[in-house]
Amino acid sequence: MDPLGVVLVAAGAAALLFLPFVVFKSNRIVPGNPCTLAQVLPAWGAFGCAAALALAGGGALWATNARVRLLLALLGVVAVGAAAAAAGDALTPPGDRIVRIAPGGAFWVLIVCLGLLATDATTRMRPKPAVRVLFLALSLAVVGLALARGTFDHLSVMREYAVNATRFAHEARRHLELAFGSLAAAVVIALPLGVLCHRKPRLKPGILGTLNVIQTIPAIALFGILMAPLGALAAAVPLAERLGIRGIGAAPAVVALFLYSLLPIVANTAAGLKRVSRAAVEAAHGMGMTDLQVLAGVELPLALPVILTGIRVVLVQNIGMVTVAALIGGGGLGAFVFQGIGQTAIDLVLLGAIPIVTLAFAAALVLDALVEVLDVRETRQP
Amino acid sequence: MITVEKLTKRYGETTVVDEVSFTVERGSITVIVGTSGSGKSTLLRMINRLIEPSSGRVLLDGRDTRSEPAHLLRRRIGYVIQGHGLFPHRTVAENIATVPRLLGWQEARIEARVRELLTVFSLDPAVYAQALPHQLSGGQQQRVGVARALAAEPVVLLMDEPFGALDPIIRAKAQDDLLDIQGRFGTTVVLVTHDMDEAFRLGDRVAVMSGGKLLQYDRPAELLVHPADPFVSRMTGLAERAMRLLSLITAGEAALPGAAEGPAVAPTATLREVLSELVWSGADAARVVDADGTVRGRLTVAAILARGAP
Amino acid sequence: MPRAATVLRLGALALLIAFLAKPQSFAPLFAPLAQYGAPPIYDQGNLLSLALAQLGTVCLAAAASTLVAVGLGVLVTRPSGAQFLPLSRTLVNIGQTFPPVAVLAVAVPLVGFGEKPTLIALFAYGLLPIFENTLVGLKTVPGAVLEAASGMGMSARQRLLAVELPLAMPLILEGVRLSLVINVGTATIGSTVAAKGLGEVIIAGLLSSNTAFILQGGLVTGLMAILLYDGMAALERRLLRSVALD
Ligand SMILES: Nc1ncnc2c1ncn2[C@@H]1O[C@H](COP(=O)(O)OP(=O)(O)O)[C@@H](O)[C@H]1O
Ligand SMILES: [Mg+2]
Repeated sequence: MDPLGVVLVAAGAAALLFLPFVVFKSNRIVPGNPCTLAQVLPAWGAFGCAAALALAGGGALWATNARVRLLLALLGVVAVGAAAAAAGDALTPPGDRIVRIAPGGAFWVLIVCLGLLATDATTRMRPKPAVRVLFLALSLAVVGLALARGTFDHLSVMREYAVNATRFAHEARRHLELAFGSLAAAVVIALPLGVLCHRKPRLKPGILGTLNVIQTIPAIALFGILMAPLGALAAAVPLAERLGIRGIGAAPAVVALFLYSLLPIVANTAAGLKRVSRAAVEAAHGMGMTDLQVLAGVELPLALPVILTGIRVVLVQNIGMVTVAALIGGGGLGAFVFQGIGQTAIDLVLLGAIPIVTLAFAAALVLDALVEVLDVRETRQP
Repeated sequence: MITVEKLTKRYGETTVVDEVSFTVERGSITVIVGTSGSGKSTLLRMINRLIEPSSGRVLLDGRDTRSEPAHLLRRRIGYVIQGHGLFPHRTVAENIATVPRLLGWQEARIEARVRELLTVFSLDPAVYAQALPHQLSGGQQQRVGVARALAAEPVVLLMDEPFGALDPIIRAKAQDDLLDIQGRFGTTVVLVTHDMDEAFRLGDRVAVMSGGKLLQYDRPAELLVHPADPFVSRMTGLAERAMRLLSLITAGEAALPGAAEGPAVAPTATLREVLSELVWSGADAARVVDADGTVRGRLTVAAILARGAP
Repeated sequence: MPRAATVLRLGALALLIAFLAKPQSFAPLFAPLAQYGAPPIYDQGNLLSLALAQLGTVCLAAAASTLVAVGLGVLVTRPSGAQFLPLSRTLVNIGQTFPPVAVLAVAVPLVGFGEKPTLIALFAYGLLPIFENTLVGLKTVPGAVLEAASGMGMSARQRLLAVELPLAMPLILEGVRLSLVINVGTATIGSTVAAKGLGEVIIAGLLSSNTAFILQGGLVTGLMAILLYDGMAALERRLLRSVALD
């Protein structure tokens, strides 16, 4: 028997037995009534879901083929998702907009266990980078389609979404703008700095040391510290204010994220350039390439995988840290998270947190795949 | 023709190349030998101005190399280094096309040149043009390195220990290829090595360096017969000098008129090889025979031995 | 050069201790930042106890991360656990992909407000550096050394404790150091869910637009992170010497 399978099946079964599958709340804030799977679904539905889970469990315990394990795990995920959606439909009185059907402990444990099973199977299959990205896109498309169809509309998070739909779109866009905008600005500055570190090794400890110190200042403090000077700048320079620079809001967040983003990119650019074969660089100069041609045509392309690794770190870190920007009025999905924490409304927290985690995960996966492709193609030394 | 005049390089107090002067004839091979750290690479790199000299100058066909920007100069000079320095992210064809592209050649011309060079270096274009360097063997990578240096038809080819990373059999093949190609294109070659055998095998002239100074610049035989410095004779190896001398003379050159019994040798074989053959077979004389079977003459042990003395 | 750095470090440490012990004596320094007669020094709690609380949370989380990450690292480098290597690598990687704020927020409904969600978030976030370094450390122990250890009759357990872990120790400690430093800063976010720590000071500053508070919280946290990093580095060098490694 598969040892991981044993652990996962035990955890999943225990959760199904002892934890609620969904929680019925008569409104958004009150504690709810736990319901088991059998209580909320028609008999055939509960039976179908249980059968799918049994198949997934059996696969986890006995199947040796990774593809089979993956397929059965996905079947389980679909079954659990469908069951939760069906429970939402069944428990919501027609036309009611106040009751909340929240996924319960058993739902989350099952999703985690099935997710682990799928992750394990995928890892065993060692998929190529392109396949991994394709798989991600497919999963996102399926979930997106289900959301668009309204499959989960009666579940609490989607209720929260329905209330906040326009704001959600706005905050999500703001979240991406902040994360990618500060990344783009950082790349523009950090690449030349990294090249400088490589070309003038004497400057390297100073540059990296300064950037390291910036990293030790906690995010919320740096946001706060920047509010004062940016506010002063806006007050003193009308043009700055017209450009949207203000002490509060997005400007300090962008500047802070930009500052945090510098270190990984600078350090990785320098490290990547150092890794480039000296013989190739010497040959390039020897053949009459100008400094710029050597940098753009040989050094940077060969350092790209390492530079991209730095960019991946920054992007994932930014997507997480933008959340905190909400504390200083910077907006982004963090607004829902902190509002939810303030109101002890877990559904609102999840409305912010789930997309953030998904974004970070997708960004990491895509960039990892890109790095792998480039690394195989470009830096294997002849 | 390359003229090196009182070329000097100092790093702070230390002089790594010290007033070196010599002339390389058009279409010849000059080999620079010396122990490691003697300044060979620095001297070579001052010729294509990868290093700017502290004093002295280099003339290329009578023109001072400093009369044009360094990168333009380098596009006219081929450069090959140990470990070849191929660009790992570009295909073999793109690697070879580097300098022609820099020079703005037409694509059709570039493609034709790449095919020609691959064929000359016995690499099938259909198989290797689109390969990445890491897919080639060490010997193939080295050949692509030389092909790349020759792509833009340079008048001069500089090579810094080009065969240093190859195993002995592939190295011997690479050396033969170089002689062959140099004959075909008539390129002027300056090659750096610390391997005396390689120097004797390839060099029309050999420059012996030590501590940044050029001790002697001469034909290989002269180094053996008239060493300018005790260091030169130590470099060339006292114990082997007779054999080295024999290896510089071919059977065709030394053949005496007349017929003989005994083993047949090619006119291109060196006297060292003929002697070895005679010792092995126990014969007194060998027949020098052309590829088409014409007898060119004979070589006796005594005649060979006479050539091995100064 | 190293002398100057040591003096700088000791100076920073002295400054930190002085500020935490007698914050009011620094009031003139911060007064220009506090507008409209707001207090220049945080007055809603004891700075020293907040700093210590934050340090405690971070150390506890780091201890848990170390235990799990090193344990996992050892497990997956044994022949019996090798099949879990890819999975644990993936999982630990995912652990660092999850933004700590999101973990924090999601942990609240499960474990309530206070230190616990912070501990969970820091624990998950700190796993990766330690795990990766443990793996590299254990995998780069020279084969000849292992062979020699077995040849002398050491059991697998003895080999692990007496040879592999000591040789991997410098790298493992470096991982712990990285993890600690990242988490000192991240811990301030815990104050949004009522964990005790310097985040309280910063948030109080944000809420009352008092830059003096924000700066105090930020600087004390930053100084703690830098000193912790340096202190750990010094400790590592001592340890290194005692294992006679280079
Ligand atoms: N940039 C430099 N700065 C100081 N010394 C150098 C530099 N480059 C080379 N040297 C010194 O010059 C001497 C000759 O170097 P090089 O020409 O590379 O020798 P070779 O190629 O004969 O082995 C060596 O002793 C080397 O240490
Ligand atoms: Mg050299």
